[in-house]
Amino acid sequence: MNHWIIAPVILPALLAPVIAFVMRHDITLARAASFAGNAALAAIAVGLTVLAAGGETHVYRLGDWPAPFGIVLVLDRLSAILVLLTAVLGLLVLTHAAASGWDRRGRHFHALFQFQLMGICGAFLTGDAFNLFVFFEVLLIASYGLMIHGGGRVRLQAGLQYVVMNLAGSTLFLFALGTLYATTGTLNIADLAVRVREIPVEDAALVRVAAMLLMIVFAIKAALFPIQFWLPGTYANAPAPVAALFAVMTKVGAYAIIRIHTIVFGPDIAATAGLPGTWLFPAAAITMAVGAVGVMGARRLMPMLAFSIVGSMGTLMLAVAVFTPQATTAALYYLLHSTFAGAALFLLADLVVTRRGNDALTPQPATAQTGLYAAIFFAAAIGMAGMPPLSGFLGKLLVLDALRAPEHLVIGWSVILVGSLLTIVGLARAGSVLFWKPTAIAPPDDSAPAAPAGPLEIAPAMAAVGLMALLAAFAGPVTGFLDATSAQLFDREGYIAAVLTDPEG
Amino acid sequence: MELVIASAVGIMTAGGVYLVLRLRAFPVILGLALLSYAVNVFLFASGRLAVNAPPILSKYADVPYTDPLPQALVLTAIVISFGMTAVLVMIALGAFLEAGHDRIDMDEEAENGDAKA
Repeated sequence: MNHWIIAPVILPALLAPVIAFVMRHDITLARAASFAGNAALAAIAVGLTVLAAGGETHVYRLGDWPAPFGIVLVLDRLSAILVLLTAVLGLLVLTHAAASGWDRRGRHFHALFQFQLMGICGAFLTGDAFNLFVFFEVLLIASYGLMIHGGGRVRLQAGLQYVVMNLAGSTLFLFALGTLYATTGTLNIADLAVRVREIPVEDAALVRVAAMLLMIVFAIKAALFPIQFWLPGTYANAPAPVAALFAVMTKVGAYAIIRIHTIVFGPDIAATAGLPGTWLFPAAAITMAVGAVGVMGARRLMPMLAFSIVGSMGTLMLAVAVFTPQATTAALYYLLHSTFAGAALFLLADLVVTRRGNDALTPQPATAQTGLYAAIFFAAAIGMAGMPPLSGFLGKLLVLDALRAPEHLVIGWSVILVGSLLTIVGLARAGSVLFWKPTAIAPPDDSAPAAPAGPLEIAPAMAAVGLMALLAAFAGPVTGFLDATSAQLFDREGYIAAVLTDPEG
Repeated sequence: MELVIASAVGIMTAGGVYLVLRLRAFPVILGLALLSYAVNVFLFASGRLAVNAPPILSKYADVPYTDPLPQALVLTAIVISFGMTAVLVMIALGAFLEAGHDRIDMDEEAENGDAKA
């Protein structure tokens, strides 16, 4: 057993209380510890990705109890690449939060941040459905704290809505797990895959209920129609660096659907027989449309970016809903891309909004460095809308290519293409209002111009754009790796054998 | 026994859903608490109902036993929902003190976005 597999959970879990109890009065020390922990997490994630790239499914048995009796963590290519994504995004967000001073506007930012990383990494690594619930709660309770970081009336009200929504979701998750346990007698994902396959079609009603309940729960996290309403209010009112970190939280929902509904309730399983794809596809198409229309209609910058996230989740889930290895490759590539695109937009928006004092989409006098911000916004918006040369273009191309089956072709292509057009128009209009029209307005004489952003404040947004460029430049090797990832994901027998085989006997 | 458990889960869920759909923070919190009670009983029943049986296998005699796993799951769920309810109460209290009312929906002013921190 390789003990490094549990390190992405243990490291932040140990670091967070130390930061909260020992370093709470010293922000410099807390920043250093948080940054060092996150850098170590990134190094471990790179190591785990190299380990997983070998193609073997690594299983970590907690307490050395054999599955399905003990809880297992499972490291395959999918988990490894997503843990790596989380760690890299964490580094960007942390740098921005420290450089812009967001982390000192409330208490315990760094401790909550580490708990958030712990929950996300744990959710990606676990091989047990109930353990997945527990890690969901860990990442949620940390996100509640981060969401209302800095306080303020509007943020607290938005935070209350967010918490209520997710508590209702957690209750639904427990109902789904209870139903699943009552029908199959297990909650280990590999063992579930074995048991669900053995259930005859005429007895499968309860399993189908559990499968759809689980899908609804994950769809809440992934902000799919008709339960996407929480996302714009939450992201628009959260502190911008936190919104950038939340870009990976929607991906946790997408990951859970990819994992559970491929391995346990896959399309070739008699009991559920393509049920997930049937419902996921229209929901994803409407989500994409809602996102695009929202981008067009938003009157403020932050909600507009939040709606662009909704649209990108729609595109991602359209590819997931096909449930074939090729489509999953496309979905994973788009997942990596859209995380960085969303983060870049939110990090940049924070710089702009801080200097303008508000995020209304109206022409206002230009601030310092407006040209630089315009350039970054231009690049990030190109990535988000899916224009060449950044990775959004390739990602959407892969998704379109995956939607060639006749039943997906018309709806999928028209929604993605029209939605992308609306997103481009919306983002272009916002860019011209924010950066172009202000050049014609004379700055007021009496006010001192806001301080320009330091290099450390701008670096994370630029790095996120740079990562999109790298994803595009190295699209060949990346899709090669992701092809192997989805092949491993659809190799259900391999996963089951790796988890359920007792190493001693 | 089955009837009592089933109707308890059903009634608590119905009450919880009704309260969650109210527009004030206090009924919503009560509703979520009711829902979590319902789900705890439901989880407990998911391992079949066996009365007066220990959750331990006996290798010496063929005595009835009850499934221990749902009990462990319920214990975890209770702890988590308790913690979550506490957090929710604190956030609701914060929102109430800041806004001066406990309505769940955002006010018009907030929708148009004045107050950015």
